[in-house]
Amino acid sequence: MNKLMTTAEVVAQLRDGMTIGFGGWGPRRKPMAIVREILRSDVKDLTVVSYGGPDVGMLCAAGKVKKLIFGFATLDAIPLEPWYRKVREAGALELMELDEGMWQWGLRAAGMRVPFLPTRCGLATDVTKLNPELKTIQSPYADGEVLLAMPALKLDVALVHVNVADSLGNTLIQGGDPYFDHLVARAADACYVSAERVEERLALTPDQARFNTFERYLVKGVVHAPCGAHPTTCAPEYGWDMAHFKRYVASAAEDGGWQAYMDEFVTPGEAAYQGKNGGIERMGTLPLPVF
Amino acid sequence: MSNNTEFTLAELMIVAASEAWRGDGEVLASGIGVIPRLGASLAKLTYAPELLMTDSECFLVEEPIPLGPRGDHVPKYSGYMSFERVFECVWGGRRHAMIGPTQIDRFGQTNLSVVGDYRKPRAAILGVRGLPGNSINHINSFFVPNHSKRVFVEGEVDMVSGVGFNPARWEPGMRQDFMSIRRIVTDLCVMDFEGPDHAIRVRSLHPGVSFDEVQDKTGFPLLKAADMGETPHPTAAQLDIIRRLDPHDLRGAQVKGNPPGIRVPV
Repeated sequence: MNKLMTTAEVVAQLRDGMTIGFGGWGPRRKPMAIVREILRSDVKDLTVVSYGGPDVGMLCAAGKVKKLIFGFATLDAIPLEPWYRKVREAGALELMELDEGMWQWGLRAAGMRVPFLPTRCGLATDVTKLNPELKTIQSPYADGEVLLAMPALKLDVALVHVNVADSLGNTLIQGGDPYFDHLVARAADACYVSAERVEERLALTPDQARFNTFERYLVKGVVHAPCGAHPTTCAPEYGWDMAHFKRYVASAAEDGGWQAYMDEFVTPGEAAYQGKNGGIERMGTLPLPVF
Repeated sequence: MSNNTEFTLAELMIVAASEAWRGDGEVLASGIGVIPRLGASLAKLTYAPELLMTDSECFLVEEPIPLGPRGDHVPKYSGYMSFERVFECVWGGRRHAMIGPTQIDRFGQTNLSVVGDYRKPRAAILGVRGLPGNSINHINSFFVPNHSKRVFVEGEVDMVSGVGFNPARWEPGMRQDFMSIRRIVTDLCVMDFEGPDHAIRVRSLHPGVSFDEVQDKTGFPLLKAADMGETPHPTAAQLDIIRRLDPHDLRGAQVKGNPPGIRVPV
């Protein structure tokens, strides 16, 4: 069994109109090397499911997004995601805007193969008013409480970036917070991971093995992508690239800014991308942000 | 800039914010943004050591962490609070968050999503984030550094992200009793929801601010608390703690012009 692939082989599995979930959180541990490969492809009309960062922004900028299922889009240190904002304000997106908790609840339902999970989140807000497909349900027990029935968010494909993987599809997420990548992986028909380091077979101590957050049977493919989360963080290894973020933010204010960004950073390929950003020596040692 | 005041408006607001957590017991105190975070930290270091706090990432700390680059300071962790654990905490109701919404209405409903028409907004902000879930599950307070009618809107907020006391939004059978909105701390005053039917009242005015000024800058009618007075000034001990928690003076950039705490009426 060998699940090693290239980013191009992953993107070759994608079809127009697919629903794709992304791991990470805002500007943290996003599968950006795979995102860049999607940007280089003809794939379109995607439904993007994400705790949004530059993954959402760049896919919006490139016109790849038909519908966004999200709770936010942000670069954190730069609060407003520039390309999400621009495309959103143009009225060009279908939306399912959800509470952050509802988002992971829907993925959890999909992973558990149940049609919905109950929650109070979203009741009495415009989240339910703007998304009439979100229904309420009354508790069948004596309390009779009316709750929101958060529907399963089933994904065609999950894309996740991890610290370490092996050729069998075992993965380690070693940053302090693993976010919800395990739920993204469970909700999908097929999960592809990119990894900072790839080994043939992991041979771990118990302490190391605890950083495995989902099973290899969920993983269809493994890509070796050093600095594959750049310009987002990949704790504990490297922080976000503020200089790159600033360049990216500026592109949203320039005429032809997205095409220029594509020409400079994306179209020439990942090796050229690393060269443009100081090489993996710089990218892999960017300091982690301190709050 | 006056040089005869001993504290800044930001420091006055930090002290006012710290009061929001009084009496909450053992809950997770989440101050989102510089002034709310310093407020929560000050509360924990003075009257509420029982509060839980994080390092603003995923670890719990018993000693609030100073803001920004830490030099030699190495945080001591007491536990773990990943985002997954935060949702478990939120849904269990053991949290009091102070956040800065883009808009707030008379019902305490908040907006962090868009300004203007939803489909083609004048401004896209962050998205609803955790506001729907936070607001319906645990105590919330708000922080507003620019008290104005743009924030305190007439009518409802443009996109109701966080729930409030608007009867028209609630259907029979929905539990409203886990919702609690405690305080609004602005650059002009401190308000609460303790008027009739949770109407918003001014609890205290910052030094040099009049009720009329606050009302003029608010899109809906305000009540005066019976004991409405002046917002308490920071004590020397509180200022020492604030300066220790914010060695890089990030608080100075939080209010335009970093004005002194005691303003002379114009």
